[in-house]
Formats: sequence, structure tokens, C-alpha cells
Amino acid sequence: MRTQEQTESELLDLAAAHFKADRKTLRPEDDIFEKLGIDSLQALELLTRLERHFGVELPDYELQGVSDFRTLAERIFVRL
Amino acid sequence: MIRTKLEGGVLEIELCREPLNEIGTEMLGALEKVDLGGARAVVLHSSLRQGFCAGADLRELYHAGKGMKPAERRKGVREFLGRIHAFLNRLDEAPVPTVAAVHGAVFGGGLELALACDLIVADRSTRFAFPELRLGLVPGFGGIPRLKRDVPNSLVRDLLFTGRSINAEKALQAGLVSQVVAEGQALRAARATAAQMAKFDPATAAAAKRFVKPFPRAELEKEMELFLELFERPVVQDALRKFVEDKGPMPYLP
Repeated sequence: MRTQEQTESELLDLAAAHFKADRKTLRPEDDIFEKLGIDSLQALELLTRLERHFGVELPDYELQGVSDFRTLAERIFVRL
Repeated sequence: MIRTKLEGGVLEIELCREPLNEIGTEMLGALEKVDLGGARAVVLHSSLRQGFCAGADLRELYHAGKGMKPAERRKGVREFLGRIHAFLNRLDEAPVPTVAAVHGAVFGGGLELALACDLIVADRSTRFAFPELRLGLVPGFGGIPRLKRDVPNSLVRDLLFTGRSINAEKALQAGLVSQVVAEGQALRAARATAAQMAKFDPATAAAAKRFVKPFPRAELEKEMELFLELFERPVVQDALRKFVEDKGPMPYLP
């Protein structure tokens, strides 16, 4: 069973790997769109990766208004 | 915008209109010109990295209708819908097997296009959605009757009422998709499937298709009327305007 911190860390690892960002520069409080420089289609790619990695379903509406990694990790964690 | 290639009896229809194969009048015109004759199987796919098709060209729909009187706008939309229905019905009822090879975004009219095919082969990056209710509409290209034909009504309600997207594995479990393959492999798998189907006696394949694939004509017409009825309301025009004018990373969708 993952902890919320592990979920957050895995999310940052995955985002860094998929969008070729420097993992060391990503922090949980960072704005996802700003930090990764992604658009809505790339956000969908991330959503698919997250669903596969964590084995959960993440309805798009649950992610509305979510801009930082920490909140996104919380939304994932409650579905684990 | 569209390229076609007939090889070994398999007709490949490639969608290649940036940014994401949005279906407006130009794309529709190109689709209407596709000749299915001479093919023993058809593969429909997109060569754009971002996905298969994002659906109707909402920007064109909004801008074209902006200066029109409601009656004129309704007439234009009805004419467009009539044409897209004619193309999708032709694809749906084609006497040869058809496969949609999809990846990335398969949204709205893009899903309606895939649903007209006999089989959908999806790669693991695929997401399917009917976001129309988020704009005050229902799908208008025949998506509801065709989705109802293939999957449980509970999933139809889920997709329609929430406007959310589902991934390829979920779509496979529901029966929407026939095969899920690794990223970037949908076209290869669809080609292999089409080549297999093209081996069989064409008359038998056509007879089998007529026997097992119901064509929901009455419901398709009802859906078009419902779309037209909803389209004219100010709430839709307002939602379209917000969507088109939003330049943020996540375009407006409630």
C-alpha cells in the first residue's frame, strides 16, 4: 500500500520521465502546466500514464481545477 | 487532409489535418470523395501524433454561425449534419469489413467516426470521450445510437452524462474496442486484421455483416433532430464562444 508521499514522489518521477523534465527541479507545489509546459492533449497523455501506472481510473472532472502535483497526487491517492 | 491507398484489397484512409483532424466542411468534403469501391476491407487511421480525431470543428461551427440569423444557422447545421450522416452511414453499411485504428484523442465526432467502423483497434495511449454535454449538446453525428449498439447502456450514460474520457483498457472491457495494442502499433494491428478479413469470400463477408450489424436508422434521425433542437439555445452558443475564445492550456469545458 502506497503512502500519500510515495504517490506524490511516483507522480513526479513519472511526469519527469514522460515529459523529459529534470526530476530534481520538480516540486509537489509546482504548477503542472507551467512547469511541464504542456497543453490539454498532453495533459490527457499524462492522465493515461497515471491511470496505467497506479491502476486507477481518474475521471477528467476530478482533475478540473487541479494545477499542482500535490493536489493531483491526493486525487490519485484516494482512488488507490 | 486525407490520403487513400489501396493495397492487397485493403483500402487505407489516412486522416492528416492539423491540429487534430477536426471535421469541418473541408474535411467532410474530402471524406465524401473517398471511394470504397474495389476494396475488400477498409482501415481508417490518423497519421497525426496527437491522436485520431477531436471531432467536429467547433471553431468553424462557431465562427460560421456567428453572423447568421437563427433560421439560417439551423439550415446550415442541418445540411452539414445530413452530409456527415450520409458519409458515416455509407461507411457503417459498407459491404466490406472496416477497422478504425485509433490512438490518442478519440473525442466527440472522432468517436462517432470510429463507431461507424466494424472494429476498433486502439493503442494504449487512446482516450475516448463524448464531451458534447459539456457544451450543452448531444453528439450529432450518430454517436449515441452507434454506441448503444456496441456497449452496455450504463457506459453510454456514464460517457454522455459526465463527458469524461476513458482509456483503451476500459474501452476493451466494455466491448467498445476489439483489440488493445502497444503505443504506436494500432495501424500495424489494424492492417493485419484487415488483411485477414480480406481473405474471405466477399459475398459471404457482406452477408455476415448485414446479418450481425444492425443499422439504427430511426434513432440516427432522432438524434440529429435532438441535436438541432438543442443547438439553437443561447447556452450552447455561449459555451461554444467560451471554448473557442479560451487560449489557456485547458480550453473551457464545464
